[in-house]
Amino acid sequence: MSTSQEIYSSSEYKYGFTTPIASDVFPKGLSEETIRKISEKKGEPEFLLRFRLKAFKKWQEMEEPVWPNVKYPPINYQEISYYAEPKVKPRLDKLDQVDPELLKTFEKLGIPLDEQKRLSNVAVDVVFDSVSLGTTFQKKLEEAGVVLCSISEAVKRYPELIEEYLGSVVPIGDNFFAALNSAVFSDGSFVYIPKGVRSPMELSTYFRINEKETGQFERTLIIAEEGSYVSYLEGCTAPAFDTNQLHAAVVELVAKERAEIKYSTVQNWYAGDPKTGKGGIYNFVTKRGLCAGDHSKICWTQVEVGAAITWKYPSCILKGDHSVGEFYSVALTNGKMQADTGTKMIHIGKNSRSTIVSKGISADESHNSYRGLVKIVPKAEGARNYTQCDSMLVGNKCSANTFPYIETANSTCQLEHEASTSKMNEEQIFYLQSRGIPREDAVNLIVNGFCKEVIRELPLEFAAEAQKLLALKLEHSVG
Amino acid sequence: MNLIEIKNLSATTKSGQSILKGLSLSIEKGKIHAIMGPNGAGKSTLAKILAGHPAYEVTEGEIWFKGQNLLDMDPEERAQAGLFLSFQYPLEISGVTNQQFFQAALNAQRKGRDLPPLSNEEFEALLDEKMKAMEIRPEFKTRNLNEGFSGGEKKKNEILQLALFNPDLAVLDETDSGLDIDAMRIVANGVNQMRRADNALLIITHYQRLLDHIRPDFVHVLADGKIVRTGGPELALELEEKGYA
Repeated sequence: MSTSQEIYSSSEYKYGFTTPIASDVFPKGLSEETIRKISEKKGEPEFLLRFRLKAFKKWQEMEEPVWPNVKYPPINYQEISYYAEPKVKPRLDKLDQVDPELLKTFEKLGIPLDEQKRLSNVAVDVVFDSVSLGTTFQKKLEEAGVVLCSISEAVKRYPELIEEYLGSVVPIGDNFFAALNSAVFSDGSFVYIPKGVRSPMELSTYFRINEKETGQFERTLIIAEEGSYVSYLEGCTAPAFDTNQLHAAVVELVAKERAEIKYSTVQNWYAGDPKTGKGGIYNFVTKRGLCAGDHSKICWTQVEVGAAITWKYPSCILKGDHSVGEFYSVALTNGKMQADTGTKMIHIGKNSRSTIVSKGISADESHNSYRGLVKIVPKAEGARNYTQCDSMLVGNKCSANTFPYIETANSTCQLEHEASTSKMNEEQIFYLQSRGIPREDAVNLIVNGFCKEVIRELPLEFAAEAQKLLALKLEHSVG
Repeated sequence: MNLIEIKNLSATTKSGQSILKGLSLSIEKGKIHAIMGPNGAGKSTLAKILAGHPAYEVTEGEIWFKGQNLLDMDPEERAQAGLFLSFQYPLEISGVTNQQFFQAALNAQRKGRDLPPLSNEEFEALLDEKMKAMEIRPEFKTRNLNEGFSGGEKKKNEILQLALFNPDLAVLDETDSGLDIDAMRIVANGVNQMRRADNALLIITHYQRLLDHIRPDFVHVLADGKIVRTGGPELALELEEKGYA
């Protein structure tokens, strides 16, 4: 307890707290029985149980990937509890019915829900541990025909959509962590935008891990029908304690003809003790979008500043002709953090285009790697990709690596790759200071200048939050 | 009245190499001082120490600026107090536009003087005026700070900042090096325009030629870490002719 209290009181991680809400937690361990219990507990239809069991079988045959440029002690998957839900399980449409403890948590996070509802016109589907609580703005969305609900709810309300699309972009055996997620996912978000509809507001989810030693396995599915548009925001923070927490989420996006999905993430999980690297979240995420229809577009924007280990490659399968995939990323590592992140752009459709802009910042003793694949299949006539990978080093104990993979099988494609590595140096900071700008603001200016092309892709309120986070994270690393 | 008083200043690099060895210099309001001297004499080090560069350690002496102990102040506080250093090698910063940087800097200085920040409109009007006076094209504003600038453009950018910030004491560290004749004229005009009865200028240079455009009241020779000779403008001409030996 003393360790967690120390972290609790340190200012390094301002979202480090756990909320004393009584939880119903499964005993540790994973077996077919655990999976049946999860499915039963959630009252799932037969097809979903089969999906889970099939995934579990696959997972048992698979091995944890060793190719990422990260190091961590072996994970004992039998030492994890695979399901937790708050004891108080409200189904509410008003905030005053919500557990006051929970509301306090949101306040500490700086996101008072009711304020947000009124002021920023954002509908929020709050995921608290594994069970989704009430969604707001449901009415307004309903009027537009937009569905935003938890996956569990969607399983009950739209089983045919779930059956058709779940696992259609990320197959259950895609990789070790995706298979695990497919077997045990607890909850997550579901979004459906009907044909021709522009979502009347930006959709947002705040994730939070609360229960100690409970792995969180989020599952998100977004379907954008023909000619529709949606912007989805995901932000995460997590409480601080000293055992590693596994987070293995799967996000699947489907964009039909002329549909556009914009998916933005600010990730600020607890990264472990900055001196020893103890504790912190393992963020092993599979995110993939399918540009199924012609002229469809998927844009991933991420600002990753947390987690002890990040393993994450939001990708696009550009199946439709003239489809567009974009990936804008800032990955900041400090302390003992390790990140291996990037994207995959798979060009299948004719004249499909993709843009990759990756900004890696490594500070202290952290390791930051960009890993990206651009693949052009034989029939992808006229495909184009532009990749820009920039790394910035802060201090001289960190490292930055770039692993770009290019596979082309069509001679009409055009690919560009630009890369740079720079070092934030004392001379730059001094130059700004000598003009009257305080040191912290100077660092902020340099970092945000470096990340500008990514930050400007974020929705406005996220952009401000992201800029603050970047500055906050480097406060102790420079000088 | 003296704007700045440097008394018996000695300084070393962080590794202990002695560079300044008991340098004294006072500058009155309204005056222009020039420091000349051979390579390695400590001219640029003096400029950097005045601005508060962290790579040097002051081992002895005092610096008083407008009655304040300069050595107690952070670099940003010195700028806020009205000290400006035109860098010999201005730094490049990507993703930050000239205009964004100028505005952030000017408003940070104003904040340090308890003045309200300039609004975007006020700032832009001021910037346009100064740029016009210095014959600088408007696209300068949206370019990233010194990124991809030629040597001459960087120096012009420094003098543009001098004009914008309107400091009490400007230290020009080899601002003339790398300038062609036209750029020299523009830079000199910019410097001459900022002259007031209550501010002062310290010009560090190798050559006489900038002093043809900006006429100093005093010329000092800095050698081996201290001032070894002081004279009027004629001293610069003499040095040009005979060298430092």
